[in-house]
Amino acid sequence: MSLKLLSGVHIPHRKNTAEMPPVRMPPPATVTIPLSMSTGRPANCVVKVGDHVDVGQLIAEPGGYVSAPVHSSVSGTVKRINTMLMFMGATCPAVVIESDGAMTPWEGIKPPEITDYDSFIAAVRNSGLVGLGGATFPTSVKLDVKDTSRIKEVIINGAECEGYLTGDNRTMLDRTDEIMAGCALLEKWLGVKKIIIGVEDNKPKAIAKLTEAAKADPCVEVRKLPSLYPQGGEKVLVYHTVGRVIPEGKLPLDVGCVVMNVTSLAELAKFCQTGMPLVERCVTVDGSAIKEPKNVIAPIGTASREVIAFAGGFKDDNDVGKLVQGGPMMGVAQYDLDAPVAKGTGALLVFNRKDARPAEPSACIKCGGCIDHCPMSLMPMEIERAYENNDAALLKALKVNLCMECGCCAFQCPANRPLVQVNKLAKTVVREYEAKLKAEQEAKK
Amino acid sequence: MNNDLIVSVSPHYHKQDASTQRVMLDVLIALAPALVAGCVIFGMRSLLLVLISAANCALLETVWNKLAKKANTVEDLSAVVTGVLIAFNVPASMPVWQLLVGDFIAIIIVKMLFGGIGRNFVNPALVGRVVMMLSFTGSMTAYATNVAKVDVLSSATPLTVVDSLRLSDLGTLLLGRHGGMLGETCAAALLLGCVYLCVRKVIKPTIPVCFTASVFVFTFLFNGFNAQSALLSLFSGGLMLGAIFMATDYVTSPMTRKGQIIFAVGCGFITTCIRLFASSAEGVSFAILLMNLLVPYINEGTRTKPLGGVDA
Repeated sequence: MSLKLLSGVHIPHRKNTAEMPPVRMPPPATVTIPLSMSTGRPANCVVKVGDHVDVGQLIAEPGGYVSAPVHSSVSGTVKRINTMLMFMGATCPAVVIESDGAMTPWEGIKPPEITDYDSFIAAVRNSGLVGLGGATFPTSVKLDVKDTSRIKEVIINGAECEGYLTGDNRTMLDRTDEIMAGCALLEKWLGVKKIIIGVEDNKPKAIAKLTEAAKADPCVEVRKLPSLYPQGGEKVLVYHTVGRVIPEGKLPLDVGCVVMNVTSLAELAKFCQTGMPLVERCVTVDGSAIKEPKNVIAPIGTASREVIAFAGGFKDDNDVGKLVQGGPMMGVAQYDLDAPVAKGTGALLVFNRKDARPAEPSACIKCGGCIDHCPMSLMPMEIERAYENNDAALLKALKVNLCMECGCCAFQCPANRPLVQVNKLAKTVVREYEAKLKAEQEAKK
Repeated sequence: MNNDLIVSVSPHYHKQDASTQRVMLDVLIALAPALVAGCVIFGMRSLLLVLISAANCALLETVWNKLAKKANTVEDLSAVVTGVLIAFNVPASMPVWQLLVGDFIAIIIVKMLFGGIGRNFVNPALVGRVVMMLSFTGSMTAYATNVAKVDVLSSATPLTVVDSLRLSDLGTLLLGRHGGMLGETCAAALLLGCVYLCVRKVIKPTIPVCFTASVFVFTFLFNGFNAQSALLSLFSGGLMLGAIFMATDYVTSPMTRKGQIIFAVGCGFITTCIRLFASSAEGVSFAILLMNLLVPYINEGTRTKPLGGVDA
């Protein structure tokens, strides 16, 4: 199958930690576990101050269908239930647990009994799993397809196209058996006939190891993909593996696909084998201000500062410019070094002041580079102009809502225009415009 | 320490070397071979004019920004590029003061009055050329053969004598040993610059290729199916300089490939028509300027189709 590749950019990979198996850090003195770590509604707290909790014990129930339960990542006592300011400006409750240092597993931990589709989905629900690639969509909702015949392929996302991040690479190398066990689960309970594991070609060892393991399972195919960011973007990955375009406002399932991150799949298998929900994750600690880049397995809720300290700390404590949770292209800059590691935190990148400061924007020279490099074939410079003119109708026509904020446009822009920021803002303009149109229509009735 | 963290929207890194200054520097590097050729063919006064014009444009932009109380944009090198291009568009014998007038028209009238870099709707250097051509027709058409160190083919630009040329003159045309503006005659040097710009991905070959190809086709069709004269017409006048360095100006050319093809073919068509059917020799300049005016409409008509976009 020869497909025209979608556009993208060649980013510096900087996979300094690719050869470093993750190291498990000792439990921190306290963890701050946010109750909103997935898309959808925040979870509802079920513990109160003073309660004793153990590792893996439920501390918050899903707050709706699109939501995920939250479990304690340490054993100890609930100290406080805080209100936490999240990066988007909203707040959510966060449970602060003081660790007793013992990391005692909860007595109720046992492998789930799975007998059919419904009990499988229930088990996934109880695992607290969300998309670990960073999108944090609750896995149980993703897999709850009702009619399993709609799934033609499951695409396992091992692209890991972001810079620095090597957690998925380590999963593919160190947890190959769990990935294959996860594939077997999907085949058994969802009746999946074809599973494609897509990996960027900058990870030849992972590709070799998975290809070898996949020989035992005729349903599983390992697909080598070119290293072109954003290869791991859902729509890009679906297009490059099965050649189908996901229409506007539709889900991968509407074109017969379920896309799942490779580490999420390994965690799913681990939960089905042990019953231990998602309470820790591998975090890549790297960046120009970090002394020793490392992959660290940290309990969910550990302060970024402590994970970094465990990894070896900063090169210079007085030259810490920016903390990014996630990759350099799509990660979120934090306002506080104590920002806790959440389920979707794949990396803690710290840059020195020189690297942290965004370059001053200059006037757009209309080179068209942002258009050439947009994987979705959008026109960022036109969107920017429409946004400046507050032209909501044009923004809607330019399909700014299709933007996945991958950052290719801003990355290559010679004038350093803040194009991703404008697209984010433009989406709210479109949302308000659509709400207004709807209200006007209803008023006419 | 917490309060010192810098917070900004993703992405958190930027392509190395991606800056307006780097783009303009690449254009200057690409223009260098043609400057060397101009010095060899028309003498060292060519270099002097180029330096004066570049410095003058940089100065004009600086002074304007100062008067308008705006941040100085001169370090982006775009004014220097404009200055070099204006000098490329005059004969080596051009009086300096007339060249300075051309610079003023380009930088102040066309560029800065419309808002500076990225805001002008026509190519500043070309307007400079056209204004100089209309105002100082004598000096602009006195192709400087007398200062040449190398024997030149003729005293007139081959455009006017293209029908009398033979295929064996192709070598002369490529090397630029004939009368013309100081930077436009040596097609080989300009093509070298074009290759450099394409390799550095500053421009895509779309516009130069479509522009020159359409001039060839239209000249062939409109001028008695004479393939030889159609071929030779590619190397005459300002076509190479215009197609490679003027029509590809980001600000005044369309954004998408489809738009660029329409734009370049339009340039080729108008160039050919002016050359064959009008009395003016300024085919390339007027063609590009006229197409510049259509760019907003071309852009609107050639928007990309977003992946998975559904028509409302």
